[in-house]
Amino acid sequence: MHWFAKQRYLIDYTVAAMLRRRAKNVGLLAVYTTIVFLLASVMLYSNALKQEASVLLKEAPELVVQRMVAGRHDLIPADYLEPLRGIRGVRRLEGRLWGYFYDSTVNANYTFMVPPERDIDPGSIVIGDAIARARGSETGDVLAFRGAGETLYPFRVAEVLPHESAIVAADLVLLSEADFRGFFGIPPGKFTDITLTVANPKEVRTVAEKVVSALPDTRPILREEMQRTYASLFDWREGMVLVLLAGALLAFAILAWEKASGLSADERREIGILKAVGWGTGDVLKMKLWEGGLLSMLAFLLGFTLAYWHVFGTSAALLAPALKGWAVLYPNFELTPAVDGLQLTSLFVITVFPYTASTLVPVWRAAVTHPDVVMR
Amino acid sequence: MSAIELYAVRKAFNEGRPNEFLAVDGVDLEIEPGRITVLTGPSGSGKTTLLTLIGCLARPTEGRVHLGGESVSGLPERFLTELRRRTFGFVFQQFNLIRGLSVLENVMLPAYPLGPHYSTLHGRAMELLTHLRLGHRAEARVEWLSGGEAQRAAIARALINDPSVVIADEPTANLDSHLSAAFLDIVAELRSQGRTVLLTSHDPLITGAGVVDRVVAMRDGRVV
Repeated sequence: MHWFAKQRYLIDYTVAAMLRRRAKNVGLLAVYTTIVFLLASVMLYSNALKQEASVLLKEAPELVVQRMVAGRHDLIPADYLEPLRGIRGVRRLEGRLWGYFYDSTVNANYTFMVPPERDIDPGSIVIGDAIARARGSETGDVLAFRGAGETLYPFRVAEVLPHESAIVAADLVLLSEADFRGFFGIPPGKFTDITLTVANPKEVRTVAEKVVSALPDTRPILREEMQRTYASLFDWREGMVLVLLAGALLAFAILAWEKASGLSADERREIGILKAVGWGTGDVLKMKLWEGGLLSMLAFLLGFTLAYWHVFGTSAALLAPALKGWAVLYPNFELTPAVDGLQLTSLFVITVFPYTASTLVPVWRAAVTHPDVVMR
Repeated sequence: MSAIELYAVRKAFNEGRPNEFLAVDGVDLEIEPGRITVLTGPSGSGKTTLLTLIGCLARPTEGRVHLGGESVSGLPERFLTELRRRTFGFVFQQFNLIRGLSVLENVMLPAYPLGPHYSTLHGRAMELLTHLRLGHRAEARVEWLSGGEAQRAAIARALINDPSVVIADEPTANLDSHLSAAFLDIVAELRSQGRTVLLTSHDPLITGAGVVDRVVAMRDGRVV
């Protein structure tokens, strides 16, 4: 009971003391909140991106088989489908047609693809929303691209892909098989790669091994490898931004040290008075720790709330160019709010810990102020 | 009631440095409980330093300070704090009230580390303020107080933990004669409550007051 009452008195006193030194504390709070905001934005955003990509990749086939010629990807003949069909555990397989295209009018790369489960009328295309934005097109417009043999191919936009799939479909152009073969000059009987659906996820690696032994000039790519690539891509981008922010974090720790150690004569005298009237070193230390704790909590809550709004409310307007980076076509989509407990804890540790650590020594020095200072 | 005894007490500042300075130089003194003692002497005679040693605000460089027969000069910091909190009440020359807080908050401040029940603490603080004719100023911020009011607020703060010894450093230095006389009335009342009162002053109004039991003269860090 006494302990709680004592903490309440200390908190009351601390809050009053902080309000008395409003300018100093508001400045510190603003810098602290900004740091939490930036770090939380990066963490929330890249985590949400990873989640988004992984949700979308769930639909992807377990295995993609590519043909390799002299170490580089080449078109795969349709008669490769036969030996693959014989592998036990393969439920379904399909030849895919897709390829990258550089659009010099907007300096962007698109991905052209023949959708496996959808018929598109010849002469029509379905485009991702980033392309629609970049080219200023909508359904019904005609878009022309220069294809194989420098021929100009006009296509009518049949549909713009929905917003939700933007993260991986932003730069997508879906077209019919005939148009695709004509546009890229790919003869019949050849595919870009072959996708395999495997019934039992545990068998995916065995199937991949069998693919290589049946067709030694091919390379199987596992879905989990793709997921890992996406994850590490976003991790890498997150890391880049965090490295830049590390400088800011260090600067903040220095500022916190400076603020905490730069006790004004008034503050020193106040601590002297408190000690003279019966406060112990421990009481002053606790009061100062409460001060740091309250400031940290407030900055953390404010910074995190702002970051949450920034990431999930404004689609991370400030960070998107650095973290999303999809060629030059930035996907435009809203992320599903997701907060990871571990992430929240790590964020708390990496922001509150440097502050507490950098203020501990100055706080201790203040707390051991001799009480007789008030008599001098 | 505890007697305060000092044996060969010395206090040096900046020890071992070229600017070493001996503020108290071999003082033997006994302060009787329940009485009013005044330390007097010119500026720099060591009165205030001696008060800090007696009030456990600082430790002597040499010698011993006894309180109720027990040596307190070698006690660790937290015991000294505990003693300071429970045994002594201080009234400083500049009053040293904390600006930005109300009179009531300032008065309650020394009790915070003890964690008493709020209503008990509030009741006791109001009782003291009312007794010292400051009840109506309880919610006022201390920077709005007059000199006499500030001193009475400082006295109320010194009494909040019900100390047996009240120490006041140059209590009338910032007061006119009328307020100094009022202060002496309060001091007399403290004695009647059985408290030991220890003052420093070179104000003849204090040293010559009938209420004072004993005047101890100091010069150059020694009792003369």
